[in-house]
Amino acid sequence: MSNPSLEAVGLSKRYGTFNAVSDLNLKLEGSKCVGFLGPNGAGKTTTLKIFTDLIRPTGGHAFINGANVHTSKKQALAHVGTVIETPEIYSSLTPREGLSLICAHRGVPKSERRKKIEEVIEEVKMGEWIDKRTGKFSKGMKQRVNIASALLGDPSVLLLDEPTTGLDPRGMSEVRDIVKALKSRNRLIFMSSHLLGEVSEVCDEVAMIDHGKLLVYDTISNVTTKFSKGGDTVEVGLIRPLGAGVLEKSVASIANVTSAERMDDRNLRITFTGGLASQESILSELAKLNIGVVSYRPAISGLEDAYLDLIKETL
Amino acid sequence: MAKPEPETWGEVPGSMEQAAITTRYTFLDYIRSRRFAILLIIMLVISAILTFVFAYKRPVEALVDPLSFYSTWWGMSATFVVALSGIFFGGDAISSEFQNRTGYFVLPNPVRRSSVYVGKFAAALIAASIILVVFTLITVANGVYYFGFTVPFAFWESAFFDWVYLLAVLGFAFLVSSSFKSGAYSILVSAIFLLFAFSLIESLVEDLAGIEPWFVLSYASQIVGNVLDASYPAHVQTIPEMFGAHVITLTVYNVGVGEGLVILLAYFVVTSALGLYLFERKEFN
Ligand SMILES: Nc1ncnc2c1ncn2[C@@H]1O[C@H](COP(=O)(O)OP(=O)(O)OP(=O)(O)O)[C@@H](O)[C@H]1O
Ligand SMILES: [Mg+2]
Repeated sequence: MSNPSLEAVGLSKRYGTFNAVSDLNLKLEGSKCVGFLGPNGAGKTTTLKIFTDLIRPTGGHAFINGANVHTSKKQALAHVGTVIETPEIYSSLTPREGLSLICAHRGVPKSERRKKIEEVIEEVKMGEWIDKRTGKFSKGMKQRVNIASALLGDPSVLLLDEPTTGLDPRGMSEVRDIVKALKSRNRLIFMSSHLLGEVSEVCDEVAMIDHGKLLVYDTISNVTTKFSKGGDTVEVGLIRPLGAGVLEKSVASIANVTSAERMDDRNLRITFTGGLASQESILSELAKLNIGVVSYRPAISGLEDAYLDLIKETL
Repeated sequence: MAKPEPETWGEVPGSMEQAAITTRYTFLDYIRSRRFAILLIIMLVISAILTFVFAYKRPVEALVDPLSFYSTWWGMSATFVVALSGIFFGGDAISSEFQNRTGYFVLPNPVRRSSVYVGKFAAALIAASIILVVFTLITVANGVYYFGFTVPFAFWESAFFDWVYLLAVLGFAFLVSSSFKSGAYSILVSAIFLLFAFSLIESLVEDLAGIEPWFVLSYASQIVGNVLDASYPAHVQTIPEMFGAHVITLTVYNVGVGEGLVILLAYFVVTSALGLYLFERKEFN
């Protein structure tokens, strides 16, 4: 199979004089997960809607797997799964029927439909509800079925707009696992989200957008090194107040620590570089210092730091 | 850039097949919906009232011969049943895709909007035709009760014209439903037009302007009743009428059968095409 790809060329969407998306140029290619970040109203949903021909751009073009989304919609979307803006199934249909409709449109052979539908419904843990009408489902249940529908027909590209909204904590983590599993099977996933933890957990790269303009597109580690001031931060809880000078002399000089400050008597904040590897080595160094560490947890991730640095204001 | 290689999955079906797929699932939704049941009940109530009136009042003029029977019974109700079906099944067919967000489920798939439009139209046509067929059967059953199996040919003509009227009504309702994103508004607007406004415009044009209202849907629909008249009414009639001391001549136009069919089919074609054009351009935002 050729590499899945997604490309925006000079993509713009204007409403009157307001630019919801302006001159977006972005090319994603290969098997990976790309997080799509930006404040409310930045233009994320607008971009994803253009990529599914739900709205037309006022300028530029969108391509999926090389096909223009607007002029060759069937070719462009033949291998694409989407969840955009909490869709609804006709309320009198059951998940099984709603998903058969999608299978039929996508050309999943009749003989495989039943198995495939039960498989994806099982993946989102809705097996018990497969033959109940969707009209009375809760928001999160509907969203689970929507995610199942995006997996039908083995799409090579997935476009997900805040896929975990409305899901309970377990649902969120299950969806993250689904996305992570998809990545390993030559899938290109483009996913908008406000949950930076989620993005750093499942995504390899991020695209950040603000006021309709692309700010940065790079791997998460590059974005983090380039834009976050000091890398990751951990908060350290102590059982007793720290002795005089220990912070400056011992803690600050542990390898990879860029700064160490006292928040109060029993809490320190340490900023460091080097990701998880140094997070682990710093902890073992702290333990060796015998200063009474009782807790050690990440506070601000590098990604969050970079986000806050790049995006200064909301709206 | 290279075209994506075909997957092990079968290819995406053709647009006609996808229209048929849309029809199947939309029809399933219609049949299960409360509104199908409600429309069926309204139609049955109309039938029950007519049956009751004929059975107990025995209206003499309507029971002189089969043609008068069908003319009275069917002529009074057939176009109304069609208008209601159009409002029920077409009134929010497209607007609901936006309002209920069902469009977000189906349309981001490799399927053309025209397939969805045509498929939904066919589903509405089938559902409305079922209502119309049941109503026709009840009518004929009553006719058979009074006159035996001598159903005048004009009745079958009229039933066919009524079905052609259904095409025009659904075309119009789909056009209205493509013009709105709110189901309630589009149902309201198509109801106002199909139940009152067209007749009102028709009589205003005819009585005040004195010209033939050939462009009004309700005018063309009169072929459904006219064909059941003992002799088909003349195209133009002038009727002198007394208004106090004045005599005013009113000009009444009666649509001819060929003319009526052409107008109905033109309504169907033009409104369907226009509705599809609007749907193609409409944005989900
Ligand atoms: N139909 C419309 N008319 C005018 N402006 C619109 C329309 N639709 C969207 N917008 C504007 O376009 C901008 C981008 O909206 P969009 O939904 O893409 O943001 P988003 O990045 O998805 O935000 P969120 O994180 O809140 O989901 C917003 O400022 C919004 O007000
Ligand atoms: Mg959004």
